[in-house]
Amino acid sequence: MIFNHIGYYSLVFGFFISLYLLFFSMFLYLKGKLNNQLNLNIYYFSSLQLFLVILSFISLIISFILSDFSNETVYYNSHTTKPLFYKIAGTWGNHEGSLLLWLLVLTLFIFIFILKSNNQPKLYRLLSIFFQQIIITGFFLFLLITSNPFNYLFPIPIEGLGLNPILQDPALVIHPPILYLGYVGSSIIFSSSLAALIENNFSKIWAKHIKNWVFVSWIFLTLGILLGSIWAYYELGWGGFWFWDPVENVSLMPWFSLTALLHTISVLEKRQLLKSWTIILSISTFSLSMSGTFLVRSGILNSVHTFANDPERGVFILTFLFILIFLAVFIFFFFSKNIVNLNEKNFYWLSKDSSIIINNWFMMYFLSVVLIGTIYPIFLEVITSDKISIGPPFFNKLIVPFLIPFLLIMSFGPKLKWIKDRFNKLELDKIFFFVISILISVLIYEKLGQKNLLITILIFASIYLFLISLIELIKSRNNLSQKLSHFGFSLLILSILFNGLFSKEFSSNMKIGDQIEFDNKLIKFKNVESKKGSNYNSIIASFVIEDENKRISKFFPEIRIYNQPNIMTSEADIKTSIFQDKFFVINFLKNENYFNVRYQVKSFMIWIWISTLLIVLGGLIGLVRKIK
Amino acid sequence: MKKKFVLVLLLIFFSITFIILYSSLHKVEIYIPEKITNKSTIKFSAKDLFSNKEIDFNSLVKNDKLTIINIWASWCQPCRDEHPFLMKLGDDKNINLIGISYKDNIKNSKKFLNDFGNPFSNILIDKNGLISINIGAYGVPETYIINADKKIFKKYIGPLKEKNYLEIMSLSNENN
Repeated sequence: MIFNHIGYYSLVFGFFISLYLLFFSMFLYLKGKLNNQLNLNIYYFSSLQLFLVILSFISLIISFILSDFSNETVYYNSHTTKPLFYKIAGTWGNHEGSLLLWLLVLTLFIFIFILKSNNQPKLYRLLSIFFQQIIITGFFLFLLITSNPFNYLFPIPIEGLGLNPILQDPALVIHPPILYLGYVGSSIIFSSSLAALIENNFSKIWAKHIKNWVFVSWIFLTLGILLGSIWAYYELGWGGFWFWDPVENVSLMPWFSLTALLHTISVLEKRQLLKSWTIILSISTFSLSMSGTFLVRSGILNSVHTFANDPERGVFILTFLFILIFLAVFIFFFFSKNIVNLNEKNFYWLSKDSSIIINNWFMMYFLSVVLIGTIYPIFLEVITSDKISIGPPFFNKLIVPFLIPFLLIMSFGPKLKWIKDRFNKLELDKIFFFVISILISVLIYEKLGQKNLLITILIFASIYLFLISLIELIKSRNNLSQKLSHFGFSLLILSILFNGLFSKEFSSNMKIGDQIEFDNKLIKFKNVESKKGSNYNSIIASFVIEDENKRISKFFPEIRIYNQPNIMTSEADIKTSIFQDKFFVINFLKNENYFNVRYQVKSFMIWIWISTLLIVLGGLIGLVRKIK
Repeated sequence: MKKKFVLVLLLIFFSITFIILYSSLHKVEIYIPEKITNKSTIKFSAKDLFSNKEIDFNSLVKNDKLTIINIWASWCQPCRDEHPFLMKLGDDKNINLIGISYKDNIKNSKKFLNDFGNPFSNILIDKNGLISINIGAYGVPETYIINADKKIFKKYIGPLKEKNYLEIMSLSNENN
């Protein structure tokens, strides 16, 4: 009860503080000076703002822990029988709470920015704070007007409606916060690039300082996408890790843009080039992150989701997003004359700079494919009322062939010198690896027989990158972060390919006592028993798989029937080993004696996670080395 | 010159994007007929709010009238918003409007109807919410249109709007 009030009023106060900071920073900027006293002033107010948002967030968490159903958000998303862990996670498992989390991260990041940017020109800092406060104010308004997490319910309901059980998963508990850290980090990049543009502050020091923020957002965004994928694999029970679902695509788009920025910023740092392009990428990364939030939160993408679906929210985010985009476009056009490009045309074709530009082209291509695949159905529906759905084949056909040149360029690009390199050294080891890669891919082609040529070439390209980057990793520790990430990427593509090529699936309807042969193994359905969990009842089936050598492995897939809300989920039994996952899942059928049984052998599953973690680790090492 | 041209082009592009996304917001169709039509017939019985007698839902469906189920609760704000439409639907002689009182206190339910009017021919009590979940409800308010086979053929999630109301009225006129 009381926490409802504390939470709400701290939000209101926080809003006024952001208004104050907004005008104060503009005022100081126009006056053109910032002495230490005023600097402290900004610092204090921004820490107060952070404190208030934290207070509000903690109040919401406490309301969830206490199951205070006088709070509308708690009522809709929690239940007394839910385990404590998921009660807490329920705080950000819903629209209102997750927006509050956005706001928390926004205020946290601007606070860190103020702390860490002391060596930057004062006017640039003020302007960055100003832009960032515009975003923060917008989010405060959004929360207070359309999505107040502290709405009061009277009469107080006795029991809550519960959290969707498929959201009750450890990976999903940390997935949204991590993803938001990535999204919000891009807001800092957005604000400070606009400020840098106006102030014409493109020094080496600026590039270094903003590179940290690019790294931070990129690490969290990558990790966030990985966690979402892990959740989909373990919880959805479809046995896949990426479905080209619009909600997934929406997180992938800013990633492409941010990855392009990550590479471009090095060119800016080293050669003072590509300034405008850096700005454009900063703007687009943030706009894409915001559109992601818009598309998911407005209900355009998941209209079946909730009854609390409110077009007003969509209108708000959409308007806010476009105000920011228009603001950015105007600033870009009016101030881009500030950018002096001394030697913009000065790119030699064989140099690290050029290879980074090529990387950017590929990133933009991948981005456009995903963007069109995600947005086009919405546009078409509005204009012609036709409903189409764009599925995995579209993305696979358009992306897979282009991965081949992308991987090849990735295998030699990083080793080129800045500015100009020469082509006189044909190293023996490279030719050696080239031949080995061809041999391995041909072997795989032969073994599989009927598979297509494109995949074989792709396997060749990724094995080549794999070997080259592995050798580079062993040779020296220079530039470790880049080498590790590229190595991780080659491993990722290889694992995805092998996963697609070697996985096997069996699906059938079985009843107790049935035996079916599959892939030289015998699948036996032994029995079922029922069990009671904390907030669900479950039916556990036991299966035995016997291979030709009479070795036995047992599987216990489960069906859970949650009591609040009344939803059934299938819990797969997954056995993970180094080279393959065995994935066993059952479903109810209308005819009660039979179950639908699915058994999948997924090759190299765990390597998809490991390789993505390597990519993230590369970023992390880069960040740590930079901060030192 | 070239720069201004690009600027204008960009502005036009973003404006169009804005307009399209804006109108897509209003296109979000909240009823999902195709998912529900195959569901088995609705079968349940519950206590009546006023008489407190156990009533079988089947006995309430009449062949000559369009049967509509509305799930509501006194504590639910959107239910108040849609209530004027329900009142109008209740006035229509060709419509048989049945209410389900969802997880509600009986006293509060009665007071709500006293304050805002009672459009329902019958109100059945769903104290723990099980009936509503069994017929496929996500929450309150929801409105279902039932055909002669006692199957749901249209479902509105969330409060009824002017547009939905007109749609239901035209359905009711077709029926006769």
